[in-house]
This record gives sequence, structure tokens and C-alpha cells, in this order.
Amino acid sequence: MPSQFILGLITATFIGGIAGYLGSLMISKRMALVGGPLGHLALPGVALSLIYHYNIFLGALLSISLGAVIIWWLKTKTALSIEALTGLVFAAGVALGFVILPLSQAEEALIGDITKVNPTDAVLAVILGLVIFFVIKKIYQKMVLAKISEDLAKTEGINVKRYNLIYLISLALMAALEVKIVGTLLTAALFIIPAAAARNISTTLDQYWLGSLIIGIISAVLGMSLSKFSQIPAGPLIILANTSIFIISMLLKSGRQ
Amino acid sequence: MPETILKVKNLSVTLSGEKIIENLSFEVKKGEFFIILGPNGAGKTTLFKALLGLVPYRGEIIWSGKNIKFGYLPERLSSSEFKKLPISVKDFCKFKEASEERISKTLKSVGLEEKKNLEKNPGDLSSGQFQRMLIGWALLGSPEVLFFDEPTAGIDIGGEKTIYSLLEKFWQEKNLTILLITHDLNIVYGRATNVLCLYKKGVCSGPPKEVLTPDTLETLYGNKIKFYKHRH
Repeated sequence: MPSQFILGLITATFIGGIAGYLGSLMISKRMALVGGPLGHLALPGVALSLIYHYNIFLGALLSISLGAVIIWWLKTKTALSIEALTGLVFAAGVALGFVILPLSQAEEALIGDITKVNPTDAVLAVILGLVIFFVIKKIYQKMVLAKISEDLAKTEGINVKRYNLIYLISLALMAALEVKIVGTLLTAALFIIPAAAARNISTTLDQYWLGSLIIGIISAVLGMSLSKFSQIPAGPLIILANTSIFIISMLLKSGRQ
Repeated sequence: MPETILKVKNLSVTLSGEKIIENLSFEVKKGEFFIILGPNGAGKTTLFKALLGLVPYRGEIIWSGKNIKFGYLPERLSSSEFKKLPISVKDFCKFKEASEERISKTLKSVGLEEKKNLEKNPGDLSSGQFQRMLIGWALLGSPEVLFFDEPTAGIDIGGEKTIYSLLEKFWQEKNLTILLITHDLNIVYGRATNVLCLYKKGVCSGPPKEVLTPDTLETLYGNKIKFYKHRH
């Protein structure tokens, strides 16, 4: 039986790395604004999971999916921008979560608790993480082309809508996985920061996606190790490790210029 | 008589409630250098998008053959879109699933063979180099029909000449059908096999020397525009 620390480390490494990889495609402002904080939508589901003792991942995933359907439905009924609707539903999700959840249990829901990871969670993170990685790897170049010019991508026969949907589903699954280690508040950071750091130090696409993946992994290992010695929750430490690497990447970038 | 590659019948395009193209019909033969002229806002770019299936339309667009390969160079594809990403010219070319050898050969044919250009971000190329890279990129897919939407917009005269001579070269060498939107009457008179002019009140089509009368040019571009053919 592997120790609790090893279980947590495996889970955090897979989630941190693959979230970073996914984040490298979060290029447009809209995608960052809408996809990044998907974790906020998870709060009501996580709250219910904690109260009724079932798997947090399931609660988070159901809650995120329901939120996404509500945003989509509102979009078909109003002329409001997707950003406005997302803001509205995200805020309602967080508020509802606090209504449901007793404050004594709020910490785990908000910033995660890696010490409660069980073998099922770890296996789920590894399998789902690998599936997401290989699916996205297959459509990565096409997604990048669609970001550069949707018309160009469509002329190449790329079904942009379908790929965007696959990407959004992957983001939702990953955000639901992330809740276990960084809580509902910080999911955006695992997507955005590794890619931003990799962006600073790479000049080719291969360096960029690989950099995002590796920075995500290093941050997870650093955060977990620091947490073991300091007894501070791992979630915030993983995010701070990411932020530190980002700062180093900025210094490297300005040193090169 | 070359075969017809494209037949457009009663094409209408309405975007956001505004009628952009109404009841347009024309034909393009295989191997033509077909130029589309018209004032800004006449629907030239929208016509391209309809032909490429990028916008909804009414009427008929019939391509002879099912799997005709298209190459497209959109109007003012912003080089700043590339700057948002760490991507090199070589990375961008690899999207086409062409071999390394083919990529370097094609880039050489558009004058971008230098290694330092391959490693650059496309957004860091000069505007002439950028357009040439896009032409090379379009050619990498071995297209039969190429769509060029004002490929020389924002390029100085020297660069403009290079772009057009490249288009002519590939047109002749590769037996392509080219559809080109341009305002440059030199290339229209010098190269076009047929022109289609679009303007608010109607259309005209046919060989340039027949249809582009001084009256038509005035209707197209307003004022008393005159064209003096360069004599070399």
C-alpha cells in the first residue's frame, strides 16, 4: 500500500502537469475568462458531496456540467455576451455553495485537501489525465490553427466547433479533478500559470506545450514537498510554486532581451 | 475548351440581416486567373467565404468534382495573432502534414529559404515576407484552386510586384485555378482571363478588355478613374 504522501504526489503530478498542458491552448481572452474559473461552478456540487459523503470529483463534475448547460441555455435566450452570463452563473454557483455548506467544512471545498486522496482518486487522475492528454494531443495543432484564423482552419476542413467542444469538456473534467488538490477557488491558476511561464521562455510550439506540462509537474512536486514539511495545505503551495516559476521565467525573458 | 470548375447560380448571402450578395451567377473555367473587382463593401470577401463554405448562403455553388482542394489567403490575416504564441514559421508549415523536404522546397520557392526565417515567429517577418509565407503555406496542401483576398494590401510597390510575379509563376507551373480579389488594375489587364465586378447596382463579367469600359470603372470606383497602361 503506497503511503498517503505518494498517493497525493501521483495525483497532484498528473493533474498539475496535464492542467498546464491544457492551459497552453487557453490562448484567447474569452477562453481564459470562461474556461479558467470553471472550478467556481463546482462549489455547490462539492458542498453536497462533503455533506452526504460521496466522491468530490463526481459532485464537482455534475455541478460544472449543470452550470455549463445553464450558461448555454441562457445564451440561447438572451443577447448577453457569454462573458456576462458566465460571470453571472459562476457567482450564483459560489453563493449557492456557501448557502449549502457549513462553514466548518468550507476550507476543503475552497482550497482542497490532498491528504484525503484515496487510491480511487489517484487511479482516476492518472487514467483520466492520460486520456485527456492523448485526445488533446491529437487535435492540438488544429486548435492552434483555429486560434490563429478560424477561416483558415475551416478551409482546411477542420470542424472548429467540434474541437472547441472537446476542449471544453476536457477543461471541465480537469477542473473537477483539480478540486481535490487546489479546491474550487484556484482551478484557473493550474491552467493559466504554467502556460504563461512556458510562453515566456519558448520560441517553438513543442517547447511551449512541453514547457507548460513540465512546469505544471514541477510545481506540483514542489508544492507537495513543501506541504509535507510545513504542514500548510498543498493546494495554495502548488499555486505559489507555479507563480514563483512564472516570475523566474519573466526574469529569464527580460535577461534575454 | 477547358472544363468549368465552378458554377454559381442565383447566389444570395445575408449576414446579420443585411443583404450582401443578391442573385449572383457566374462561372469559372479550370485554369483561369479569375479576378474579382469592386468597391469596398461590395461583398467580394463575403463571396469568397460563401464559395469556401464559411458563411451560409442561398442559391447554388457547384464545384466540378467532390474533393477539390482549396488554398486560401484571407484578407489581412493579422500577423499579431501569431505573436500571441511561441510558434515558428516551420511549426506553422508543419500544420500541413508535408515532409520537411517539401516544406523547405516550398519556402524556397517563395524566397524564405534562410534558416533564420524558418525559426522566426511569423509575426516578426516583414509584411511582404509574411504574405509570401502564407502563399507558400497555401501551396503546401497541393491545392487545385487558390483564393487570394487582396494579398498585397499594406505592402510596398516592390513587394507587391514580387507577390504578383509569384502568383503568376505558380499559376503557370502548377496549372492552378486562381481567384483573386484586387484593386490593382495593372494585374487585371495584364493577367486576368476573366473578371467579375461587383457593385451595388449590379455585376459585370467577362474578359477585362471587354467589360472594363471607362463607364464601368467609373461606376465601380466613382470619380473619373482612368487607367493608363504601362508601356515597357
